[in-house]
Formats: sequence, C-alpha cells, structure tokens
Amino acid sequence: MYQEQKAHLLRALVKNVRYDGRKALEFRQITVEYGISASAEGSARVRIGGTEVLAGVKLDLGKPYPDTPDKGNLMVNAELLPMSNPKFETGPPGEQATEIARVVDRAIRESKCIDVHKLCIKEGELVWGVNIDICSMNDEGNLQDAACLAALAALKDARLPKMTENNEIDYEAKKTDEKLPIAREPVEVTVVKVGEHFFVDLLSDEEILIEARLTVAVTEKGTICALQKGGQAQLSVDDIDKMVEIAQKLAPSLRKAL
Amino acid sequence: MTEQVLVKDKEIVVPGEKLAIGMSFLPGSGAYRDSEHIVAQRLGMVSVEGKVIKLIALSGKYLPKIKDKIVGKVIDVLMTGWRMELNSPYSAVMTLKDATSEFIARGADLRQYYDLGDYVVCQVVNVTSQKLVDVSMRGPGLQKLRGGRVVEVSPQKVPRIVGKEGSMVAMIKQATGCEIIVGQNGWIWLSGEPEGEVVAEQAIRKIEQEAHLGGLTDRMATWLGDKTGKSVAPRGGAQ
Repeated sequence: MYQEQKAHLLRALVKNVRYDGRKALEFRQITVEYGISASAEGSARVRIGGTEVLAGVKLDLGKPYPDTPDKGNLMVNAELLPMSNPKFETGPPGEQATEIARVVDRAIRESKCIDVHKLCIKEGELVWGVNIDICSMNDEGNLQDAACLAALAALKDARLPKMTENNEIDYEAKKTDEKLPIAREPVEVTVVKVGEHFFVDLLSDEEILIEARLTVAVTEKGTICALQKGGQAQLSVDDIDKMVEIAQKLAPSLRKAL
Repeated sequence: MTEQVLVKDKEIVVPGEKLAIGMSFLPGSGAYRDSEHIVAQRLGMVSVEGKVIKLIALSGKYLPKIKDKIVGKVIDVLMTGWRMELNSPYSAVMTLKDATSEFIARGADLRQYYDLGDYVVCQVVNVTSQKLVDVSMRGPGLQKLRGGRVVEVSPQKVPRIVGKEGSMVAMIKQATGCEIIVGQNGWIWLSGEPEGEVVAEQAIRKIEQEAHLGGLTDRMATWLGDKTGKSVAPRGGAQ
C-alpha cells in the first residue's frame, strides 16, 4: 500500500501539485497568537495550516553553570501530546520530541537570540533561567518549523516578573514591562528532498515520501545558525547549498507572521 | 400521568433530553426508554411518526448497518482473515471466504492479498447485537483501492455528497475527471489527476460545510464550473 500511495503522491509532486493544491516551495497559512497563558511569563500559539503548537516561557532565578558564571540559563523542552496525533504515546519523550526540542534549542542558543549576558543579575550567583516548553496541539505535519516559530514568539511575548528584596520572584505582583533581551530572531525551515525535487512544509500524509530532510535555522540577516539532517538518503554538497538557499528565501515569510 | 410528546417534530435535541412521556410511545433509532420516558441518545433532529419517536443524527461516528457499502482499512492480518477499521467505534472482520473469489492455498501469506494499511471497498454483511461486524468483498464493485487518497467526512453528510441518485458525486466526477468511491462510513476514496483531486476534495469539503443549506446542487455546479473552467450541469445518474 505504502508503495502505491508513494507512487501516487510522487506523480503529483513531480507536476508541482501538492496534496492540498499548494506549490512545492509554498507554506500553508501561518497565524500567531500571543499571550495565551496567564501563568507563563510569555506564551504563543502558532498555527501552520492545521498544525498547531503552543509554546510557553517560564523564567526562574538560579545559579549559573560554573563554566558560564555571567550568563543566563536556557532550557528547551518539547512534548508531543497523544491527542495531537494517534502515533504519539504518553510517557518519556520519544525520538521526535527530543529532536524538536534539541533543534529549537540549537537555533536559539547558537544564533545568540537571547543576550544571555543581560540575564545575569550577580555574576556566579544569580541569573535568570529561561525555560521554553513546547506542546503539540495538533499534528498535520511540519511540527519542527512550527515549534521553532512558537518558541520565538513566546520569547518575544515574555515579560520579566517582579523580584522581591531577597532576590526571589514575586508571583503576587504584576509582571514588569521589561522584555527579554532578544538580539536575533532565528526561524527554522525544513527542506525535504524527494528524488530530485525539493519541498517545504510537508503534510503528515506526505511524510512517507521523505528521503532526506534538512532543517535550517536562519536569522533575519540570512545567517545560518543551526542545521539538522534527517532521513535515510544522502545529500550532496550541491543539494545542501540548494536547500539552504530555499530556507534563506522562505525564512522572511515565516518571520512576517510574528 | 398524561401521555404526551414533549418536543416538537423536527426539533433539535441533545443527548439525555426527554422526548416523550408514557408507555405507549416506542423509541426508534437514536432514542431509548427510561421507565416511562423516551430519551434522546444523541444530538439529532426529532422525527415523530405516530407512536414511534426517532432521531435523525446530526453528528457522531458511523454505526455499521447491514448492506452498507463502505471503505475500510486493513489494520490487522489474522489467521483466517483480516481486521478492518471502519471509521467507527467497532472494527470488522473479513474472512477468507468473503475476501476474494481467488483460491487461497492453505498456509498462504495473507498479506499478498490485503496488507496492513490497504484500503478496500466492502459491504457489511452482518452486525450482531454486540456489534461484531462482518464485511465481505464478494459483489460487484467491491475491490481493493490502489493509490489515490482517502478523505474523511461526517457519515451524516454522506447522503448530501452522493446526492439524489448519485447526481452530486457524478457531477464532481465529470468536472474533475476523478474516480470517486463514497463509503457510507464517511470515508471517500478519490483518484485522478493531481489538480482534479485537489478540486474534488475541496468540493467535498464545501458540500460537507453547506450540507444543511438548500439549492446545493446548483451552487456546486457553478462552483465546479468556475474551478475547472468546464461547463458543469447537474444531472441524474447512477453512482
């Protein structure tokens, strides 16, 4: 069956008609909502077509790591809820959830999206910790790009909470107006190679076609800040050049939704 | 206590709503008796026919009915047959005898006939009171579906998609050049040229959304005409 389904999908893709009528290098409609959670310091809901992802930012005070005494901490966690796809199970995070979290983490960390020096309150003793939690609400494909966009949107939405005199967070008081120090805005575009063709924003139904995929995180200047390769097939240097170029070209259209 | 119907005919009721009081009334499909009351079992429109009170369901999953032609998906290969998913709370079994007219040798690998994930058109041959469902593929038009795609719609909207004597589906077929098989369980299989498939799926979605509105066939004819650039006229015809 999968072979027949694959052949059928492929026949359409070669004609540059996707399962839902889009072009090969076209994203579905993207919408971003901010401030969907009152208890998080920052939160956002991102929809790419039918795919829906929530992200929340929690800020806490803690000790810095010994090797980075003057930098704030960053942690990204992703959870794929069983209600978002029948394939997802409860329990410890699986391969896909781990990958999504790590690749989003990589994009945010390596792009120096957050100016972590500004999160330091007292060197070696007290820094802000930024915890990003990503949840899938509905999976109709391309969770990776949606997750990164949601994480970035939640970071932009975040406001620092008030601190008490003995350096604890005052949850009773209203949040301050101070935003997180966002220096760059990385977004991820996952480009997929099928045969000799390249596609973006795959639907779940199309995912059986993936031969090789490359997630490219791009900042607003077009700088590449993270890469992740997946799939069985190999990629030539030429392929990677083309895929990066596609990602760089499409990234602004994703950022526009923010 | 007086015996009376508590709701108007064609009224929309929710599960648990009391429809009538009195022992002389009989619950039809979608309704049940709770001591002297007739109570709604699901969201639907009341239909009072003499003493029988039944509901026309407006939502909900497919409930298998004998002789329904449905699209099923193989979810398990058993010792002596296949288990099918029907877009329903209940799954069905198709035995070897009902599967094909071919001779199947003892100990043959059943996956060479129908493998996991395959879609087939089949017919419900038996439903027990415990909702054990048997399906068969012996009959005209019952076959394995190759390629194409399966679209899921609400089973309650299937009659609108098929149209009067299959007129609606015939119109979509003519306009898009797709092969379309509508299962009573709300699974619709379509296959054709990529562009046609996209239009056909959009058409089905549009019908599903506007199923409650009148003049749908004419509206769909215009819509399909605009989309495909062909002149599309509503016409009768067997599906």
